[in-house]
Amino acid sequence: MPSPAATAPVPRPVGDRAVLRRGLRVIWGGMVAQRRPVMVAVVGSVLWAAATVATAWAIGWLTDEVVEPSVRAREVETAGLWMIFGVLVAVLVVNVLGVILRRVFATVAGFNLQADYRRRVTRQYLRLPLSWHHAHPSGQLLSNAHADIEATWQVFNPLPMAIGVIFMLLIAGTMMILVDPLLAILGLLVFPGLFAVNLVFQRVMSPRVTRAQQLRAEVAEVAHESFEAGLVVKAMGREDQETERFRVRTHQLRDSLILVGRTRGVFEPVIEAIPTLGTLAVLGVGTWQVSRGALDAADVVQMAYLFSILAFPVRALGWVLAEIPRSVVGHDRVQHVLGAHGGMSFGSTELARTARPAESALTDVSYAHPGEERPTIREVTLDVARGSTVALVGPTGSGKSTLTNLALRLVDADSGSVRIDGAEARQLARGEIPASASLVAQQTFMFDDSVRGNITLGEEADDASVWESLRIAQADDFVRSLPDGLDTVIGERGGSLSGGQRQRIALARAIWRTPRLLILDDATSAVDPSVEQAILAGLREARGGMTVLVVAYRMATILLADEVVYLERGQVVDRGSHADLVARCRGYLDLVQAYSREAAERAAVTRQEEVDR
Amino acid sequence: MSEHETETSSRIDGQARLGTLATLRRGLELSPELRTGLLLTLVLAVVATIGRVVIPFVVQQTTDNGIQAEGGTDVDYVVRAIALAAVVVLFTSLAQYAVNVRLFTAAESGLATLRLKAFRHIHDLSVLTQSTERRGALVSRVTSDVDTISMFVQFGGLMLLVSSAQIVLATILMVVYSPLLALVVYLCFVPLTLLVRRFQPILGRAYGTVRERVGDLLGSIGESIVGATTIRAYGVEDRTAARIDEAIDAHRTSAIRAQVRSVMAFVSGQTFAGITTAVVLVVGTVLAARGQLTLGQLLGFLFLVNLFTQPVLMATEILNEMQNAIAGWRRVIGVIDTPADVSDPGEDGVVLARGPITVDFQDVSFAYPGGGRVLRDVDLRIEPHTRVAVVGQTGSGKTTLAKLLTRLMDPVEGVVRLDGVDLREVSFASLRQRVVLVPQEGFLFDEDLAENIRFGRPDATDADLRLAVTELGLDSWVDGLPHGLQTQVGQRGESLSAGERQLVAIARAYLADPDLLVLDEATSAVDPATEVRVQRALEGLTTGRTSVAIAHRLSTAEAADVVVVVDAGRIVELGHHTELVGRGGVYSRMHASWAAQQAGV
Repeated sequence: MPSPAATAPVPRPVGDRAVLRRGLRVIWGGMVAQRRPVMVAVVGSVLWAAATVATAWAIGWLTDEVVEPSVRAREVETAGLWMIFGVLVAVLVVNVLGVILRRVFATVAGFNLQADYRRRVTRQYLRLPLSWHHAHPSGQLLSNAHADIEATWQVFNPLPMAIGVIFMLLIAGTMMILVDPLLAILGLLVFPGLFAVNLVFQRVMSPRVTRAQQLRAEVAEVAHESFEAGLVVKAMGREDQETERFRVRTHQLRDSLILVGRTRGVFEPVIEAIPTLGTLAVLGVGTWQVSRGALDAADVVQMAYLFSILAFPVRALGWVLAEIPRSVVGHDRVQHVLGAHGGMSFGSTELARTARPAESALTDVSYAHPGEERPTIREVTLDVARGSTVALVGPTGSGKSTLTNLALRLVDADSGSVRIDGAEARQLARGEIPASASLVAQQTFMFDDSVRGNITLGEEADDASVWESLRIAQADDFVRSLPDGLDTVIGERGGSLSGGQRQRIALARAIWRTPRLLILDDATSAVDPSVEQAILAGLREARGGMTVLVVAYRMATILLADEVVYLERGQVVDRGSHADLVARCRGYLDLVQAYSREAAERAAVTRQEEVDR
Repeated sequence: MSEHETETSSRIDGQARLGTLATLRRGLELSPELRTGLLLTLVLAVVATIGRVVIPFVVQQTTDNGIQAEGGTDVDYVVRAIALAAVVVLFTSLAQYAVNVRLFTAAESGLATLRLKAFRHIHDLSVLTQSTERRGALVSRVTSDVDTISMFVQFGGLMLLVSSAQIVLATILMVVYSPLLALVVYLCFVPLTLLVRRFQPILGRAYGTVRERVGDLLGSIGESIVGATTIRAYGVEDRTAARIDEAIDAHRTSAIRAQVRSVMAFVSGQTFAGITTAVVLVVGTVLAARGQLTLGQLLGFLFLVNLFTQPVLMATEILNEMQNAIAGWRRVIGVIDTPADVSDPGEDGVVLARGPITVDFQDVSFAYPGGGRVLRDVDLRIEPHTRVAVVGQTGSGKTTLAKLLTRLMDPVEGVVRLDGVDLREVSFASLRQRVVLVPQEGFLFDEDLAENIRFGRPDATDADLRLAVTELGLDSWVDGLPHGLQTQVGQRGESLSAGERQLVAIARAYLADPDLLVLDEATSAVDPATEVRVQRALEGLTTGRTSVAIAHRLSTAEAADVVVVVDAGRIVELGHHTELVGRGGVYSRMHASWAAQQAGV
């Protein structure tokens, strides 16, 4: 169904004229970054080029020195035959060595660059704020980190060969000039011709490749979103609609790739025909020269051979030039990520390393989601005193989760101040808040890791402490029944666990850290009441050193709190003890009494029915 | 509630152990477009190849009959030969263009079909099978794996065709020139054929590893995107980075390793080609000295050898590249050929008439693969017009019950019947129209609210939407949003809170207007006042229909006609709320605990 309306804009292609220049700059940047493998590859390529030209030269030379005299003499000496074999094999060895160095090290350079850019791009994903993530489809980000980086550096495959070809052309050109300047000029005219054709090709190709690459990302976006929605798609029987949505993108991609193919289809025969025509011209002019007595037959043959040998490698230049538009497009798309600003800045303040509970204070905090005018949070002041438990209550969509994110500085407030232990959150060094405070979010996220890994998140831990936190989270029983216990791999989607079980593992993740500030964002919504009671009891026990801010609807949870803060439409309406709020806050009363009132009404109706009967 | 389902390794057959030929055959079967017009393309490719053969022919003719003609150089002859050659080159180029276009069109059309089939099939796989693979890896099966094939079927296919044609032509010409030398060339290439055969499986494995690593890579990068909030909340950026780096490095190493193997395979071909040239020149010189060959013929033959070895080298290179494509192809075929364990009977399926619905569970048991029973011998009959609440401890099997009821999974034993018809025989189209499940986490698309609600019924008008929202009592909430129904919900609906997303999911199901509505913790994140409101609206909706609600909040059970209490995979109690409360069993204890919580008010 939906079209990716909120898809973040990706830079449009630049002017065609600039593509070659920018492409070369991208390539140069890559070469500099990977200078050592690139240098080895270039040396290999030069060896290969020299050996390739030497083959032509050797055959000509052997023809003159060994073959022709033998044919004339109608007899052949063994030494001559060994000479032929020896010379050709020697050239071959150099050639093979060159090819190995060229291709292996070109590959190394190319994949090193890909790996390097993947590291940089994923570092950005980890660094950029959540708002940036919300603005970019996951599929697009995956595409940036994979297909686009691949597109950028694919050019490194033909590159060293092309460099070798340039070298080869220099040698061949010199040789041709030595043999016959007229023929040489004729021959060398072919190459500017090739280059000109390439330029035209690129100009036509660039926008088409750009579109194809964009569509590639869109196909990935639709696939990612659709697979993520798998359950809903199935439950609603919308497979056909989803397939149709994917089909539209896939067919657009297909058409755009066919267009790219057609362009290549025109270009390739042309670029292949040019050297062939050049060879024919050399033969014609050569014959004329021979008939004038200016040249002997063997020279013409050698020249023609040189051409036929060059004809294929010269296409490597074409490949590089043909890859350039893709490379530039990929690079632009990757730069869009690498150039994104707005990461959070951190200060250098450190929180005291104590075991005592932390205090959290929000003062006059306002926050609007990016792109929205109306603030989600309006001038909220919320103090959670050291060691206290505060319940945050409010209707759905009143801003409770946003407030918890603000308190832990997962997002920065637009105005007002957020403090932890009196220190301004923005001034704190990176990692300070997570070291002291833990959030159990409403929606649990499981890493593709074992139960233990999901709780310790890679930190050193003894099993006893992990089991203890699982026990408090009421998760020890079911974890024990898993086939590999703590080592059972959960999988990214926690597919094998129920919502309640995942929530409890997420809870254990927070508890294990013995945070000084624990924020629970409706973290037990999928857990049944009796289990929840047990969890809360366990927490109360373990809470000695914890300040707790809990988003809750359930009475049991609310009753645990020292203070209740009632939120409506992003504003604090009232605060105080539960009894106070019940007594004076209408909205709060409606909310917490909903069930019992409902039950009472039902009971009344039932009684009425009985009376009627 | 699958305490025991822990088999997390992908159940999608990623490395279907199909051989190279079997993979190609299956691939062609799945993308019939790859074969359309192949014969004509082949003919055109042969025509195109002639152009490449013209050069050595003209060179030989020019040197023998033109430049070295008896009685001096024959310029006219050379000019005629060249003019002829030029015309041939022109036609060749046209043929080549036609080949290119035809192959590109066939390749991309075929692969688009393959992509679509894989995509569709992933949706046809059961939820259980889908969830065994990371999303990033699933995405790679319809993106980068297919792209890998594309390179082969465009360029590789073309080159392989042209090369084969060229090899045949060069062979014929070589035989015409000198059968003996032709034999020498072929003898030199015998060992290469053997080597290529040896290299193929090695390369196949190497590229197979690369494809797997790409899947891992996308999976781990995906984690950094989808898990962004958790990663920040726990400050585990460094650890996540380290995990990603591991995947990046593993991919890099495997890719380089595969390439090095491919280079070695290519280089061995090249060695044989070089040795062949040397041997031909040696043998040719002997033959020429004996007068069995002219010098021109020998030199012409050297061109032919070049003409022969180039396509042979090209072909080995393509065979290497083919292993890369095969590796990708295997993964795509692997997903397509993973049997849809919960499959649509399709055309043969029973289409149920709309109206009040009866549900029957008969001796139903369920176990996750490799796990113990999570449901045991469940017998349950739900009469039309009944509102059923299913309650029980976490992990007692409630969600499993809901998934069996909506046929997201099939029972291991026993039968679930809808209006007396085995669910497995009901066509999906009919089933999904009559039965809708609202899961706890209803996914939202990156669109506006209206489009997301419309997902339940794509042809619904704006007025229908408004009505649904109003009837559910959600109008004040919607009006409070910045742009009402036109509010964009963001990626995965993340601009909304979890509770709001649940409200959208309920509106979606309400609009879909099913005969049986199954709510699996569908209001767990919604505030009590809203929940009660929505519940009442749904009661209005469900009068005259059947509904099954799974809930922790027992307010749902209080309102239900029948309460089903599930414990450790069995139905332990069944009856009306008031009746069960008085029975002093599991339910009365649960209710006492619930009531105690409410008592605080």
